[in-house]
Amino acid sequence: MLFSQLKSLRIINRNRLNHAYIYILCILITYTQSKCVYRELSCILASEKKCQLSFAGFQHSITITSVITAVALNQKPSLTVVRLYALKVIPAVLRSRGRNYEAELQRCRPEAAPVEFGDYHPLKPIMVTDTKSRRGARKGSTSSSSSSSSSAPADPLSSMLDGTDPLSMFAAASVSEAPAMTHSKKREKEEEVVGPDFEPWSSKRGEILARFTTTEKLSINLFMGSDKGKTCGSQRELLNLSQQDYANRIEELNQSLKEAWASDQKVKALKIVIQCSKLLSDTSVIQFYPSKFVLITDILDTFGRLVYDRIWTMCSDPRPLPDSFTVDDVNDTAKETCLNWFFKIASIRELLPRLYVEAAILKCNRFLNKTGIQETLPRLTAMIRGIGDPLVAAYTRAYLCRVGMEVAPHLKDSLNRNFFDLLGTFRQVSGESVQNQLVQQRVEVPEYLTLYSPAINWILQCIAYRAPEPLLTEMMERCKKLGNNALLLNSVMRAFRPEFVAARATDFIGMIKDCDEAGFPKHLLFGSLGRSLACADPPESERLTILNEAWKVVTKVRSPQVEYRCYDYICDHTFYYVSITFIHLSFISRSQKREVNTVLADIIKHMTPDRAFEDAYPQLQSVIRKILTYFQDFSVLFSMERFLPFLDMFQKDSVRVEVCRSIMEVFIKHQVELTRDPVILNAMLHICKTMHDSVNALTLEDEKRSLALLIIGFIRMVSFGRDFEQQLSFCVEARATFCNLEPVLVQLIHTVNQLAMETCRVMRGSHSRKTAAFVRACAAYSFITIPSLSSIFSRLSLYLLSGQVALANQCLSQADAFLKAAVGILPDVPRSISVEGKLRSSESFLLDFINNFLATLLVVPDHPEHGVLYLVRGLLNMVQDYTWEDNSDAKVRVYVSALPLLAAMSQETYLYSIPKVDSNETLYGGDPKFLSEINKLCETLIGQILDNLKALGRDESTRRQGALAFSLFGVLLAHGDLRNNKLSQLAVNLWNLCHKHGYCETGISVRTLEYIKHQAQQHDMTHLTDTVQRLALQSRT
Amino acid sequence: MSVTLDIRLKRANKVYHEGEVVAGVILLVCKEALQHHGISLSMEGLVNLQLSSKSVGVFEAFYNSVKPIQLISSNIEVAKAGKVPAGKTEIPFEFPLITKGNKVLYETYHGVFVNIQYTLRCDMKRSLLAKDLSRNCEFIVHCQPQKAKVVPTPVNFTITPDTLQNIRERSSLPKFLIRGHLDATNCVISQPLTGEVVVENSDVAIKSIELQLVRVETCGCAEGYARDATEIQNIQIAEGDVCHGLAIPIYMVFPRLFTCPTLETTNFKVEFEVNIVIVLHDDHLITENFPLKLCRV
Repeated sequence: MLFSQLKSLRIINRNRLNHAYIYILCILITYTQSKCVYRELSCILASEKKCQLSFAGFQHSITITSVITAVALNQKPSLTVVRLYALKVIPAVLRSRGRNYEAELQRCRPEAAPVEFGDYHPLKPIMVTDTKSRRGARKGSTSSSSSSSSSAPADPLSSMLDGTDPLSMFAAASVSEAPAMTHSKKREKEEEVVGPDFEPWSSKRGEILARFTTTEKLSINLFMGSDKGKTCGSQRELLNLSQQDYANRIEELNQSLKEAWASDQKVKALKIVIQCSKLLSDTSVIQFYPSKFVLITDILDTFGRLVYDRIWTMCSDPRPLPDSFTVDDVNDTAKETCLNWFFKIASIRELLPRLYVEAAILKCNRFLNKTGIQETLPRLTAMIRGIGDPLVAAYTRAYLCRVGMEVAPHLKDSLNRNFFDLLGTFRQVSGESVQNQLVQQRVEVPEYLTLYSPAINWILQCIAYRAPEPLLTEMMERCKKLGNNALLLNSVMRAFRPEFVAARATDFIGMIKDCDEAGFPKHLLFGSLGRSLACADPPESERLTILNEAWKVVTKVRSPQVEYRCYDYICDHTFYYVSITFIHLSFISRSQKREVNTVLADIIKHMTPDRAFEDAYPQLQSVIRKILTYFQDFSVLFSMERFLPFLDMFQKDSVRVEVCRSIMEVFIKHQVELTRDPVILNAMLHICKTMHDSVNALTLEDEKRSLALLIIGFIRMVSFGRDFEQQLSFCVEARATFCNLEPVLVQLIHTVNQLAMETCRVMRGSHSRKTAAFVRACAAYSFITIPSLSSIFSRLSLYLLSGQVALANQCLSQADAFLKAAVGILPDVPRSISVEGKLRSSESFLLDFINNFLATLLVVPDHPEHGVLYLVRGLLNMVQDYTWEDNSDAKVRVYVSALPLLAAMSQETYLYSIPKVDSNETLYGGDPKFLSEINKLCETLIGQILDNLKALGRDESTRRQGALAFSLFGVLLAHGDLRNNKLSQLAVNLWNLCHKHGYCETGISVRTLEYIKHQAQQHDMTHLTDTVQRLALQSRT
Repeated sequence: MSVTLDIRLKRANKVYHEGEVVAGVILLVCKEALQHHGISLSMEGLVNLQLSSKSVGVFEAFYNSVKPIQLISSNIEVAKAGKVPAGKTEIPFEFPLITKGNKVLYETYHGVFVNIQYTLRCDMKRSLLAKDLSRNCEFIVHCQPQKAKVVPTPVNFTITPDTLQNIRERSSLPKFLIRGHLDATNCVISQPLTGEVVVENSDVAIKSIELQLVRVETCGCAEGYARDATEIQNIQIAEGDVCHGLAIPIYMVFPRLFTCPTLETTNFKVEFEVNIVIVLHDDHLITENFPLKLCRV
């Protein structure tokens, strides 16, 4: 409605884009997103771009660009962007020339090129629609579809980027790399690299360190050959170390290794590494062994890296070795050094250090020969057989696999070999030596067995990585042969692909049932099985059996947490229970909420006693995640009565917020339709409130912003349809709930404004008494909400916007109040504001706002009780009193841009108006008193401007003087009646002034002259011919 | 005034064979021009024999009655008396590695009683006031590869309490059965010694299994000859109570310089042996000895 009114007013001057018009269109888009507005906007933009911009036009392109950007980003162009367009050029002046907007529009119409609307859309060219098809072609990747619409002018965005859009370049690059990669793959078939789907050691590290701890005293026994400065061959034994001390000591050794290396004491470095790996043969305080392994292998990794890098740099003269170097690229000196290392290591007396150190520098074999690694790996694997202690051996194997995966992931054989050897020696676990040791250290067998799991899990993970199915079957069979050892079974289930395990779920259940329970709790096995089933579905026909079997175990092990907790942190029943849930969830069909509800109820029942949930937040969180992947229909989700009580179990603030956040993310992603469902609303409000309440003084800005975004996402999904009043009351409630997050408040104000405009649309522009009261209520809502915002510019723009909305709804006094409030807070605008953490001058923002404001003032009728042009005067007074930056022409520039407004106001018919609102044109009806009032104001302004120009001349800031003079000249030319001799003389003087110092761009001057000549051809503008003759172009010598 | 004198060989590994040319540069670095009375370079190959005090008394051992055997010797004048300019000066040289008469160049070997060593020595004579400068540089000679093909002959062994010699009380011995094999006892020096050992059973836990590489050096002299066996290195191949019935690899790299192809001359002999040493938890020590014949191919 408003739009059609506007359309009739459309005045496209070929030479000056009607910014106000675009501006209003943008606001319309903000609120309606209607297609016809888009089209209209497109049309203007297209015609605008087509014509060469005129004298004042250099800013236009920027303006247009921002519109396009805003719309293209598919954001409703927010006010910040829209603000840019305000007006630079609304016509008028001192003695303003009379304008016939309609005629001016008609004049430029025929020249506007017809635009086919079919599939053309001006925003289209900047959408990167297809880059893949152009393999590696760098050119024109951003303007892929612009070529299809030949009428489309050069898009400023795409020409700016000119095909070097960084994103599409990446895309293109990755496409062009792909064939190269497949090529190299072909060349070296087995040379496959470990992909990102392989969980790296680094992620296991922390887990192991956290899990295998001890309170017993540890000792480090270092025998540092001939450590200079100390007694020769000193044996240092550090006793009574706490676990932390131990870790610190090891870290110290790591440091001294690096230092020794840096100071070229290679032998000392090697000694440190040997001593460290020797520590791994010490199994006293066995509970700590896995952690010790982690700490010490860190040192070995460091050492391996140092040696490799050193030899690598020896060959990098004159240019660095490529990553895919061969033996031939390595020079003799480097080879000799490398060989020396290997000979030195080969003569290490003890087995374990020799194995570890050689494994650590395994990669260096690349310097010596092609087959080195593939010969060494099996040899080292076999040598591990010499390690008597099964735990030490298992971890040595894990290390070898780790190095192997890193250096030569394609050599699968030695991985398998390691596992088979491990199985072959597994009977040692029950051997006499081990048993004696356990008795001595007072460690129970089950606890001892769990010490193996990191090593075995790792080995199996390496083996299972991209392994063919038959191999896995073979592994499974081998484990079976070993009497279904629970430990191995558990590792197999954890390491192998979930699909593999899921497909044999029944088999596994059989094996779990068969295996002897000594030492390894069965529910843990079910937990591991559950992990796999959570990721992959078992065959349809077996699901029921699996469920039954699993539940049987559940009922048997009701409260085992106390006795098992000490063994293993994952042993406690929470984890197992959650895993069972996974089993359950994975094969119930995906929307049966009754079952899920039961499971949730059960979990709540079991987790509540003793606040057991406190230890199980990660698991409970994964339950939520799982549920969210299945239930994307939130009405179903929230109708599960146990869901919210389940959420209540997250009582730690950080976890709670994280959970809420993940729910919100899913909601925003999957909730497509607007909703008014009270169940959803209540639950979501609850969740959002939780997020909101987590905000405190210490919350980071980023965190606040993301929370605010999520909440805004929710608010935008709420719609009560035609029940506007309820929508408003929802906004009232939301305002009370989310008062701490400013972006949310801003969104609420927008929502309410939108509501008012929607009401206006429904009533087709004329409000009934009831709707009038309602839109006033909306205005009141905005009016009392805006002051609570801290950002002055959001306040300003919201005042203006709400004022415009009030005006559009014929709420004159409300509009007045908004605009007055905006003028009232102008003096408070600080001179610098923080933008993205940097202090910036606020001047440009302020100028934009004022221009925007001026554009609106054209249609605001004067208040009967206040004087003529009350608001304009008020604004100008504020501008005068404002403490502008020193050396800035901002104030004068405001004056210059106020002139077009005054000119527009003196017209008989205004450029635009608001339906059902009488602007000053009707109020005063061209009253001479009103006109003279305007003229007086203009005179004052021009006087001020001229004074300022003079002052600038004195200060020698001639460049600024020139620019200012030129802009005033432009305004006079566009809006002034140059038939008036005085005015025309002033224009000529200004022209000369700005050309006096030669700061004017000749191009612009020439174009301006052409424009004037063009104008002069029109019948009522012939007087311009005289003027143009008096405007001399400065000739450059 | 600092001067550094250095000999740099062309080959990074410094290994040469008979008939080849030992090439390199003499490197002189000095800050100012240097006056000298001539630079000479000599090459020498020597066998040093030392009698152990065990075989001949302390006095003779100290006196070292065995004269060194010269294998090769040559001398060249690199530069006549004159001046070396300031900065870095490189003077290239070449020595053909050719013996006179029917002498053989033995392979470099660093032992206890026998040492076979080849050195380059550079001397710079200077005026009375400044000290003469000299620099030694050892290079390594590998003897010509053996022509005959080495056919590896595996050697099996079984160790039980009954196979042992040199024991005091056979009755106190625990029961054990250890089997295994060496892939060869005539070994190529550049390749590792390999084999397998299996602990079939043992009443007492194994503490450690080690490979002991032993050199046996014999020096002949007027008074007879002295034969001494000393350890070169000891490599552990098993630690702790290893799994029974599982083959544990025997693997040992022959260390460079400390081993050479088995050598037998009129004046001295260098031979090698390996001991497989099994230490039981009650500290019983069981050793099985295998003479090795090393060669280069």
